[in-house]
Amino acid sequence: MSGMAEVTATGVRGRPDVNGATDLASEGAIKDASDSASDLSIDMSVDLAGMALPNPVMTASGCAANGRELHRFFDIAQLGAFVTKTVMANPRSGRGTPRMAETPSGMLNSIGLQGPGIVEFARNDLVWLKSVGARVLVSIAGNTAVEFADVATALRESPAFDAVVGVEVNISCPNVANRGLVFACDPLASAKVIALVRERLPRNIPIFAKLSPDVTDIVEIARACVKAGADGLTMINTLLGMVIDTELLRPQVAGVTGGLSGPGIRPVAVRAIWQVSAAMTEGRFRTVPIIGVGGVRTGDDALQLVAAGASGIQVGTATFNDPSAPMRVSGELAAALQDKGFARFVDAVGIAHTRLGQR
Amino acid sequence: MSASGQSTTPDAAQSGLHAPPPPIPQVSGELITTRRVGAYHHLTFVAPGVAELARPGQFVALAVGGDTSANLLRRCFSIHKVSPSGTYGGTVDVVVAARGPGTRWLTDLSPHDEVNLIGPLGRGFPLPTEPVPCVLVGGGYGSAPLFWLAAELRERGCHVEMVLGAATMDRLFGVVEARRAADGVTVTTDDGSMGVRGWVSTVLPDVISRSGAEVVYGCGPMAMLRSVTEIATAQGAVAQVAVEESMACGIGVCMTCVMPVTDKDGVTRMARSCVEGPVFRGDRIRWDAFEDGRCRVPEDAYGAASMGGH
Repeated sequence: MSGMAEVTATGVRGRPDVNGATDLASEGAIKDASDSASDLSIDMSVDLAGMALPNPVMTASGCAANGRELHRFFDIAQLGAFVTKTVMANPRSGRGTPRMAETPSGMLNSIGLQGPGIVEFARNDLVWLKSVGARVLVSIAGNTAVEFADVATALRESPAFDAVVGVEVNISCPNVANRGLVFACDPLASAKVIALVRERLPRNIPIFAKLSPDVTDIVEIARACVKAGADGLTMINTLLGMVIDTELLRPQVAGVTGGLSGPGIRPVAVRAIWQVSAAMTEGRFRTVPIIGVGGVRTGDDALQLVAAGASGIQVGTATFNDPSAPMRVSGELAAALQDKGFARFVDAVGIAHTRLGQR
Repeated sequence: MSASGQSTTPDAAQSGLHAPPPPIPQVSGELITTRRVGAYHHLTFVAPGVAELARPGQFVALAVGGDTSANLLRRCFSIHKVSPSGTYGGTVDVVVAARGPGTRWLTDLSPHDEVNLIGPLGRGFPLPTEPVPCVLVGGGYGSAPLFWLAAELRERGCHVEMVLGAATMDRLFGVVEARRAADGVTVTTDDGSMGVRGWVSTVLPDVISRSGAEVVYGCGPMAMLRSVTEIATAQGAVAQVAVEESMACGIGVCMTCVMPVTDKDGVTRMARSCVEGPVFRGDRIRWDAFEDGRCRVPEDAYGAASMGGH
């Protein structure tokens, strides 16, 4: 195995109110769990707006290609869901290189949504994903609101559509119709995309709006998306960042700026999930499930997002470090929850909101 | 083409619904020896399951910094050699140049330290089906995989010439080993501290014509691979080059290590050097797109037209 099972990248480990047994004493149990989660009696199943999953852990869009590569490390049908690389209407070459820079506990990327386009995706990748029995959460995007809707339509009409359990709407891309302003930074544009996509897909297919943290008030965007028909939210996308190559004194990635991801941004994800979860609890808008994503490397990291309000977890950049990370995190999360006395995963969702008085 | 050879690592990732490709080993590899070789470090890991599958030209991806490392991205190294059944079980050797925090961490390791290792990865060098003369060109420690390749070629009856080049003598790798591994060896250094003063391109035309080489294998910096390709092509030989492009994952999921490569239908695609390479036919790489440490997307590349706005 990877030898990563006992990783705890956060400072939470030594906190006195955390049961010390979770740290070192249970290492063996955690390792066993990642090998065979079935040894655990905890119920990890979750229903995300009608998307019934045996466990809450997924890949993250753009960090797992379209499944074939990771399937050589673990059976992707064992995931809660497989999240595809964002697909747009047409084939895309992506940008030139360099496309990435390593950052402290993370990376900056500027890929440019390289991909086959929806027609080839539906004919090839989706058919393959179905053939291995994966539950597929398809990430879609468009240059315009209409393109988003057209991609959704093409997806619905594809022969392997029955493998699709949900659609993630990647609104963190520039709106060509509005001077390239990112949809996710504009509540009206976000709402328009969500409403159009919602009406193109069958009711039993939930749609999740993937939100950008690069906004003044993420609650406002979340509210606009939910009001427009989003069945759930995925939080967070990458943060816009930049790295300078100090040898050449120029931007390190060819795209100049890029998306920052990895454990370094985890506190931003926890904060964003916390704020939106709190706003829903306060009744500011309808309560919908949140899929947490951002810097999850271990089960303990996942537990932070869960306690803040996430009922699904995506593992992204950590997969580059450890291809089996999504399955490992799933096992570690189950073990950590069982260790803390939970009988069901869903009982831990948002639990930190109830413990503010214990500070 | 004589170097069409067998596919060394079938990667059904690109071939639809055929038989599933085999699992890729991910192991905690114990370092058993580490030693300085000129400007480089030569590391040997016990990597059960990796050595048995590996072919010349394939690589391994090493995690650096330990389990809580802030350097998340794997470092990829061409496999220098493998011993499938040594005293310690299967071992894998790599050559590392300490250039950044990740490679420095690797070169600072002591015997018995463990490193998470994935491999073998990528497509290795295709071998000729006929015993044709071959030239193997290594720039700096890019020569690392060539000795193993030379042995396999000679086993097939190929005459093997090696050309090793570097800026200075201490940046050459494997000159002594080359004399054992090849039928003829030519060394170049920029400063003339060893062998011929100049670049590998200074001597390569003569080595190709003298040996009648039909295949030229190259591994080293991109600029060198370009000139190897140009010289080989001009002399009617096929160039097979192992490219150098920074990778984040090494397994085909991050899409960072791409370069424009033209397929047999004449379509240029941004191909991942980790799974579609690292070995490409030199004349299929769009060298015109590389400039000043960057590589742009050629306008005629597949999907380039829809890149507006992103």
